[in-house]
Amino acid sequence: MSLVVDLFMVLLILTSAVWTVLARDRRDAVIAFIVLGLQLSLVWMRLMAVDVALTEAAVGGGATGLVLLRACARLQPVEAEGRLPGLRAQIAAGLLCAGVGVALAAVILAPAAPAPSLAPAVAAHMDEVGLKNPVTVVLLAYRALDTLLEKVVLVLGLIGVWALAPDLFWGGRPASLRAASPSGTLTFLARVLPPVGVLIGVYLVWNGADHPGGTFQGGTVLAAMWLLVMMAGLGELPETRALRLRRLVAVGPALFIAVGLAGFWMADGFLSYPPEYAKPIIVAVEVALALSIAVILGLMVAGPAAKEPER
Amino acid sequence: MSLLLDLFTIVAVSSGLFFFLAGTVGFLRFPDTLTRLHALTKADNLGLGLIVLGLLPRCPDLVSALKLVAIWALVQLGGATASQLIAEFARRGGGR
Amino acid sequence: MAEFLFAAAAIVLVLTGLALVRMLWGPSPADRMMAAQLLGTGGGAIAILVAIASGMTAVLDIALTLALLAAFAAVALTLGEPGSKRRGGGE
Repeated sequence: MSLVVDLFMVLLILTSAVWTVLARDRRDAVIAFIVLGLQLSLVWMRLMAVDVALTEAAVGGGATGLVLLRACARLQPVEAEGRLPGLRAQIAAGLLCAGVGVALAAVILAPAAPAPSLAPAVAAHMDEVGLKNPVTVVLLAYRALDTLLEKVVLVLGLIGVWALAPDLFWGGRPASLRAASPSGTLTFLARVLPPVGVLIGVYLVWNGADHPGGTFQGGTVLAAMWLLVMMAGLGELPETRALRLRRLVAVGPALFIAVGLAGFWMADGFLSYPPEYAKPIIVAVEVALALSIAVILGLMVAGPAAKEPER
Repeated sequence: MSLLLDLFTIVAVSSGLFFFLAGTVGFLRFPDTLTRLHALTKADNLGLGLIVLGLLPRCPDLVSALKLVAIWALVQLGGATASQLIAEFARRGGGR
Repeated sequence: MAEFLFAAAAIVLVLTGLALVRMLWGPSPADRMMAAQLLGTGGGAIAILVAIASGMTAVLDIALTLALLAAFAAVALTLGEPGSKRRGGGE
């Protein structure tokens, strides 16, 4: 029985994935991609990977769809001019993607006989960190360097997005997110939902220490709420040169690095925590990271500066 | 008592499933966008609502029960607004 | 009881999966977006059924996130305007 259900899920996912590639209209492809994200979240749930399922639900539902639909709207004039890549370029891109796909499948389908796992080792040393969610323990204690680099990459990504702005606009506001004609319904939603959403975002971050959840999921939910307010036109995006904004972008990674450096004399080395303070340190880093992630994701969706900075 | 409770859950969840069925059938069979939207809202409101109702007595703790109610309330809010927005979008011609 | 709830979750999966046909057929972006909407609600229903059936209450948070962001994609869709030439809404 459960095999039938699993196969059905696979069928659904393949349908959405293939349609995402084949859809003629760009917007149809994006909608299929949103659907694919929802389905992937269900698959992660089926695989008991609740943390990943939460991330997929938050990122897929709250961020990717918006980014891609915005890109669609922006590409509309380009499409009207008929400047599409030629057939040869399309075939080359298709072959390249197929190659990557086959290579990934080969790596996943042909693993070493007992797949190497450090899970028992993590489970054995959970107590020393003082948290109960093994995923958070791995992300912020054992593989903290990876997590740190991941956040630094986010900052670099944002700098990359900002760098797309013409010199004239550097430091100005991004193009408005406001709907063309914000209806009363949208305004209502943007007034009612954010308080609840912020609460849930904070809950996910706080909960991440001991249960599935954490900085990325919480941060994404916070970013989504911020963007909702902007889309309804209830608030304006800040200028990208605003100092307070830039501080928020940097606070998470900066605190993480500071904690890492402090590890040299407080504990055994870079990014190692003194055992008795491990939990408070990790929670503090998580809170700062969640703030930074929320602001960075929001600004990435908003895009590069599109207006001259005001004097 | 537990038999009665089981019966309650089974009846409520099954009714919820019925509304999901009705929603899906209507969504696939109705002739135009706005009537399909009407079918969709049945799954949002009653389908999920009845499933939540059936699961409430089985919650292991109060927090879970509150979360269930919150989920239902959020889907109500989100579903109602999304339906409005999609309907406005369709009436404007979906950008035709 | 758990079996019944798991079976109910499977039925919701099949029903919302069938709605995928609308995503393929359309004809308008509004119809396709509705398929995503139904899948979001269905996903929430599946998550709460699985959470209660398995006792993994953490799964409820997935449903909570899905429910919170239920309207988000629809909001994003209406942003793509003002549209020039596009196939449209009511058929």
